Amino acid sequence: MIKVINALLAIVAGVGGAVVLYWLLNLVVERLPGRWEDRVKPFVFIGPAVLAIGVFLIYPAVRTIVFSFANRTSTAWVGTRNYTDLLGERDFQITLVNTLLWIAIVPAFVVVLGLGVAVLADRLSPRGEKLSKTIIFMPMAISGVASAAIWRFIYEARPEGEPQIGLQNAIVTALGFDPVAWLQLDTFKVNSFLLMIILIWAQAGFAMVLLSAAVKGVPDETLEAARIDGANERQVFFRVVVPQIWGTIVTVFITVVIGVMKIFDVVYVMTGGNFNTNVVAVRFFQELITNGNAGRAAAIVVMLMIAVLPIMVYQVRQFRAEEAAR
Amino acid sequence: MTSTVTPAPVEAQPRARRVFPRRAQGATRRGRAGWFVKGALILVCFLWIVPTIGLAVTSFRTPEAALNSGWWTVITKPISDWTTANYSQVLREGGASAFLNSFAVSLPATIIPILIAAFAAYAFTFMEFPGRNVLFVTIVGLLVVPLQVALVPLLQIYGQLNLTGTFAAVWLAHAGFGMPLAIYILRGYMSTLPRGVIESAKIDGASHFQTFWRLIVPMSVPALASFAIFQFLWTWNDLLVALLFLGPGENQVLTVMVAGLVGAQQQGWQLLTAGAFISMVVPLLVFISLQRYFIRGLTAGSVKG
Repeated sequence: MIKVINALLAIVAGVGGAVVLYWLLNLVVERLPGRWEDRVKPFVFIGPAVLAIGVFLIYPAVRTIVFSFANRTSTAWVGTRNYTDLLGERDFQITLVNTLLWIAIVPAFVVVLGLGVAVLADRLSPRGEKLSKTIIFMPMAISGVASAAIWRFIYEARPEGEPQIGLQNAIVTALGFDPVAWLQLDTFKVNSFLLMIILIWAQAGFAMVLLSAAVKGVPDETLEAARIDGANERQVFFRVVVPQIWGTIVTVFITVVIGVMKIFDVVYVMTGGNFNTNVVAVRFFQELITNGNAGRAAAIVVMLMIAVLPIMVYQVRQFRAEEAAR
Repeated sequence: MTSTVTPAPVEAQPRARRVFPRRAQGATRRGRAGWFVKGALILVCFLWIVPTIGLAVTSFRTPEAALNSGWWTVITKPISDWTTANYSQVLREGGASAFLNSFAVSLPATIIPILIAAFAAYAFTFMEFPGRNVLFVTIVGLLVVPLQVALVPLLQIYGQLNLTGTFAAVWLAHAGFGMPLAIYILRGYMSTLPRGVIESAKIDGASHFQTFWRLIVPMSVPALASFAIFQFLWTWNDLLVALLFLGPGENQVLTVMVAGLVGAQQQGWQLLTAGAFISMVVPLLVFISLQRYFIRGLTAGSVKG
């Protein structure tokens, strides 16, 4: 009971504090003489937001860059040692390769699957469409941790002879093969691929929802015109539908790429990055917490930032173009 | 939920879009589902739902049964074998308090940034001030920045301020990380609101503060709801920030608790299944009941491109 009251108090204090802040600020500004009020007010309105972004994103980002050239406790400069050490280390190279594999594979599968389901479900009855889409979309609401718990019961392996409680090994042994310790199997990166399946499972619904709306936005006339000209269904899809929804495909793809670059919870919970499945976000956590090396952790983040930079430029350009078109 | 590129500025036409927008004269495509289409979809849906069913079923089995036979074998067994003991055990052993902690983290971590972002979005849309465009473009750029950039220094700062392990540490962090997306979505929506209404409110002598609370906030409910759902699901399901700033222990949230249970090899798996399921209940309820807003937030805007 005390727990409930504490939680409620925490919620009220947090939210109430924010409301009171604005109310007080506004009170002060309304005392100002007319013209000053107009000048100052916008900054009262954006002030807290700018402060939050400054304190929790920009300032720490700058400090992170600085720390990446310092030692594990950020007390002495080490030049570029953090970077050269990391990049020269076999483990980290594998981690980078794994992350690149994730980026190369997951977004593509997510988009193709999402588009496939969107297009096929479009042909069902409204009820069938809604049901199938809800099923595909549902994993989006499930946390990476819970997803990992769910997929444990697919990938779990028991020694030969014992009853298999993981679905995959139950099928394998029923077919007469020996059980496989899937998550430890790093030949051809099998275990990494199995982890990727979890994320694909979780993200396909997101792609489906966006692409479905885009597909439905394709005007019927363009489809009919193509059919009258003798195009078959495949040609209609690839030459008429896909070009018209290309913008959405790119948006979905990039969104998933960004998510994949910082994939953490699934890998952290399933393998902890062992068995050659490590990815940069997990390695970052290990450096920061397990090894207590702030310098290396910061260096990993800076590499991540550099990787995101092109997407950022694209994003800003895209926004500028949209604004100009308004 | 991960961050979103061009994250869907919701448009001010609440009734125009359906949950899964259906075309008006869809006769040309509707009902043309052959056996192949139906078969493929049924297969995909089956594959998508089976893992979750496995967890749900296992959470109602006794520890011995769960460790000695696959969950799919329940089909052949009587329903009386099912038990809710796992749930009562996990709730007793920290689950109930983790559940409350998850709320104590997620609710303020959702409401605080919305409030702050709504004020900012109002200013970006309806007020003139120097530096407005530069500031907004910066926010757009920050949309894609991974939150990891903030973690190393924040951990140190929180350590110095003795904030580590408190809820406030997590609220503030989430408020900062979610801010660019919140401002972007809300500003996108507000810029589609009819300007005349705001002008006439001004003529009637309403201050910006009054216009904001009495007009803009009520009119922006769809966008506020879309972002609220995003942020709530995101903060509820987050592991990284909770692990760093709250950690295991008295204030641990559900994701941290469940992550600990997955690591515990097999003993206590009955706790894992029930715990994982408890952690899924709230997001699934939010998702199912508010799907309309959630999907509208995802769809609108990004589809324009």
